[in-house]
Amino acid sequence: MSRPVYLVDGARTPFLKARGTPGPFTPVDLAVQCGRPLLARQPFDRRAFDLVILGCVNVIQDEMNPARVAALRLGLGAEMVAFTVQINCGSGMQSIDTAYRYIRDGSHEMILAGGAEALSHAPLVLRQSAVEWFGGMAQAKGIAAQAKMLTDLRPEFFKPVVGLERGLTDPITHLNMGQTAEVLAHRFGIDRQTADAYAMQSHHRLARAQSEGWLDSEVMPAFADDGTAYDHDDGVRPDSDMAGLAKPKPAFERPYGKVTAGNASQITDGASWVIVASEAAVEKHGLTPLARIVDSEWAALDPSVMGLGPVLASTPIAQRQGLSLSDIDLWELNEAFAAQVLSCVEAWADEAFCRDVLGLETAFGRIDAERLNIDGGAISLGHPVGASGNRIVLHLANALKRLGKTRGIATECIGGGLGGAMMLEVA
Amino acid sequence: MTGPVLQHLGTTKLELGPVGPGDGPWRRGEADGIVWLVLERADAAVNTVDRSVMTGLAAELDTLERTPPRGVVIRSAKLAGFAAGADITDFEAMSAEGAADLLRQGHDVLDRLASLKCPTLCVVHGAALGAGFEIALACDWRIAVDGASFGFPEVQLGLHPGLGGTFRLPALIDPTEAMTLMLTGKTAHTAKAKALGIVDVVTEERHIRAAVDAIVAGDVERGQPGLKARAFGLDAARSLAARQMRSETEKKAPKQHYPAPHALIDLWEKHGDDPKALQKAEIDSFAALLDTDTSRNLRRVFFLRQGLKDGARGDDAIAHVHVIGGGAMGAEIAAWAAIKGKSVTLGDVQLDPLGRAIKQARETCKGQHLSAIETRDALDRLMPDPKGYGIARADLVIEAVPESAELKAKIYADLAGRMKAGAILASNTSSLRLSDLQASAPDATRFAGLHFFNPVSKMQLVEVVRHDGTDPAVVQRLAAFCGALDRLPVQVTDYPGFLVNRALTPYLMESMVLMDEGVAKETIDAAAMEFGMPMGPVALSDQVGLDICLHVAESLKETLDKPMPEISRRLRDKVEAGNLGKKTGQGFYDWSKGTPRPQAAGETPEDLINRLILPMLDACVECLRKGVARDADDVDGAMIFATGFAPFRGGPLHYARARGVGDVAQRLTDLADRYGARFAPDPGWKDL
Repeated sequence: MSRPVYLVDGARTPFLKARGTPGPFTPVDLAVQCGRPLLARQPFDRRAFDLVILGCVNVIQDEMNPARVAALRLGLGAEMVAFTVQINCGSGMQSIDTAYRYIRDGSHEMILAGGAEALSHAPLVLRQSAVEWFGGMAQAKGIAAQAKMLTDLRPEFFKPVVGLERGLTDPITHLNMGQTAEVLAHRFGIDRQTADAYAMQSHHRLARAQSEGWLDSEVMPAFADDGTAYDHDDGVRPDSDMAGLAKPKPAFERPYGKVTAGNASQITDGASWVIVASEAAVEKHGLTPLARIVDSEWAALDPSVMGLGPVLASTPIAQRQGLSLSDIDLWELNEAFAAQVLSCVEAWADEAFCRDVLGLETAFGRIDAERLNIDGGAISLGHPVGASGNRIVLHLANALKRLGKTRGIATECIGGGLGGAMMLEVA
Repeated sequence: MTGPVLQHLGTTKLELGPVGPGDGPWRRGEADGIVWLVLERADAAVNTVDRSVMTGLAAELDTLERTPPRGVVIRSAKLAGFAAGADITDFEAMSAEGAADLLRQGHDVLDRLASLKCPTLCVVHGAALGAGFEIALACDWRIAVDGASFGFPEVQLGLHPGLGGTFRLPALIDPTEAMTLMLTGKTAHTAKAKALGIVDVVTEERHIRAAVDAIVAGDVERGQPGLKARAFGLDAARSLAARQMRSETEKKAPKQHYPAPHALIDLWEKHGDDPKALQKAEIDSFAALLDTDTSRNLRRVFFLRQGLKDGARGDDAIAHVHVIGGGAMGAEIAAWAAIKGKSVTLGDVQLDPLGRAIKQARETCKGQHLSAIETRDALDRLMPDPKGYGIARADLVIEAVPESAELKAKIYADLAGRMKAGAILASNTSSLRLSDLQASAPDATRFAGLHFFNPVSKMQLVEVVRHDGTDPAVVQRLAAFCGALDRLPVQVTDYPGFLVNRALTPYLMESMVLMDEGVAKETIDAAAMEFGMPMGPVALSDQVGLDICLHVAESLKETLDKPMPEISRRLRDKVEAGNLGKKTGQGFYDWSKGTPRPQAAGETPEDLINRLILPMLDACVECLRKGVARDADDVDGAMIFATGFAPFRGGPLHYARARGVGDVAQRLTDLADRYGARFAPDPGWKDL
């Protein structure tokens, strides 16, 4: 049994740039902030869902299984089954994909699928050496043993590590995510200026989308307890220019690297939900879907070149669906790094790569810049890792509808050497 | 939000030991040599302590004294709590003479309980108030289920504890803490009760039996009363403390109007070192207080509240409320409804007021002592709604936008076709007539007024206003909605100013006329407070908001036949300058440093208090005559719970009757001769 599956509606919070201290919202707070208005504008009772799935990478201690905590706080009822999924930067898309497959296969009718991340809440963690020392001290019996332990005390024990820094380091290769982008920039010949120009365009495109009101039904204002209303993605720099982007030093590989804070995705907090429904649910509740989920794919590759994940995940969909590059009207390719996005574009345009790696007879083709991330992306609006995959699917659906286009792919690279992709067609 | 599993199991199962079902206020069971006495009064949600409870307990004590068991457990079988105190209807029947006898009988029962040879344990869940608390105090041990609270609210009825509380509580805990509890009528919640030493053990309902067994087996130790208790055995120490208590009490409850707390201080100062003498004195003092006008009137206030509460019964069928307008009132109504469990959307086109509303709601939660979890849930239920998604989902839409008929009409037009079938539209207007607004409402039969007072979390009254076309079922649902919000609804008609503002406005405006005549605002306010108002009219105008006062005054001036005081130039000037009172920090008073405490400056003019108060009474008579409220009790209750009208006077109409209807009408006629037609008595006085 394979049933049509619809993306009915969706909403997200503004993506809020982390500014050094924990932001006003936890992952579940964020999920509640955008979930409430999304549910409030539906014609059906919020208990009508069969399931809640939430992607979240950095779950905080107070919110284990954030999907369930969010479901209860959103008033979906004590009987709502809810689970959390984690596949790094693909988590928010994994939730949609799981919902898609459950509904396609007939076990569920309507699922709330989201992603939430509060990177500003990443904990400070003790170094392993310090953890071992504290453990030894606790076990030391008698003054002599304790005095001996004291001589092992090192100043660096008290210098905690930001958990986020470790989270963004690949455990197999020990390369930071930014370094994997440096690897790609080198392999595909992306220079600093090209990466910066791409970043500038991302800011300009997001600023235009904001001022044109194209995000009005997608971005719901979030209200903090202190009375602050957050109504837009606040990492955007509408006046971004090449001179400004030329200033920052390389962030990961000094002094010669090409990846800077300016041409990489921003560290932000945010959440996003979409409603995924069967045809029966759409009819029962009288819904007007935004799009139909046509296909999805996950792929894996060497962790040190994880940035090519979108190429490996998207191509099989095009092949299965018998589509060529020109059939795909819009692309949401998550902007982890400008150099990484541009490397994906280059890989698809490279005949040898397409032949050897993707098994195509010729180059897939060069994606038209006017079809790629047309309203900006993670470089301008940030990358709350668990939420981004959800956001790009939602935005793709909204953009297809707004422009009257037919078909698009949302895809992301995933730390650890993975890629995820999902194809939508307008409903 | 309870699922079917918990619905089946029940959220709480009380541990009743070996006690099975049965009749009578007390049910008995025995197991392992421990006797359980369970209190469950028939036909009531909450236990109250009446004569049947005391005689029933006496009968049980007969058996227990003959053959003492290993231990005795006393608790309530009512989910609502232990016991809410004496049955206040009983007070009415107790004549001052008979009261002392009845009290002595009650004291005898509790003395017998206190002197039982075996350990006695009182298990308290929910509230143990007044006589309920006194039963608990007569036991050797008190076990509290988390959530239990203890208090002596008698002062609110013009009384003090009368079943031994005045000597048992100071003997158990720090006497100054004990006196504070009794003087303020505040309740001590579980943690506080444990810290004070009222409670020996705090545990969960599921461990009650184990706690009882442990105490009876002698496995639980408890602390000894501290040094302070012994220090107050000295007369000098008590006198010093009593002097402080008197001056503190005088500020909140002047002896002239509220004798009970002062009598309590006297009792303790005189007999604090002699429990037997204190017990005897407590009985006499209580019986005397019962016979005071203050206590009678405060008991009347209790029943007025009950009467208004009775009007709030029934199902509101309102799960979701959409409030339009994020200004002060809209934000407060929305926050309060969310705190009380409603799903709330708060609509405003601007984001900033919505943000402020959230901040304010958080502060209200704090003021209500909500836990972190309760606060989170309340704020989760309160959704700022700039796009108005809530309109289509709401069972009740409350419009709380500025007082402009055009603006309201525009908003109502926008609601047409968007509201759910059967949903109610209510306006929080205080100065516009519903009859003028109803034409633009999507459905006039489901349009009414819901007039909250500021601040919503503190002012208990809500006027439920019907116009000629309002469906009576809608009025009832709105009244029930007020009940669900723990507010007191009074049903009124669409009269200019409805009931409360009609009666209050002449009082506020006259205070400004007096200021124009050169009387200091402090003198005016001090005189009103001396009369018993919680706040003088000038300060109250500031609190209500001078813009709102002006709106209401202008609208009353236009629509009423009766002349109103001239609207003071000062009021217009303040409003024009944007000094609107408390909300802007500056009105007639400077509010930047908190609520003003005016002291009389100079002579109080002879007619001052009559000029202020009598027009208010006259307006109440007018409203009664015109059927604005159902009856005199509704008028009195509304004025007390909306404006704080001197509660010990029992309400404006009750006060007028007590003072003499003919006398008051004559004074009005005199005032009319001297100051103008605005004082001319209403024709309704002759029927009062």
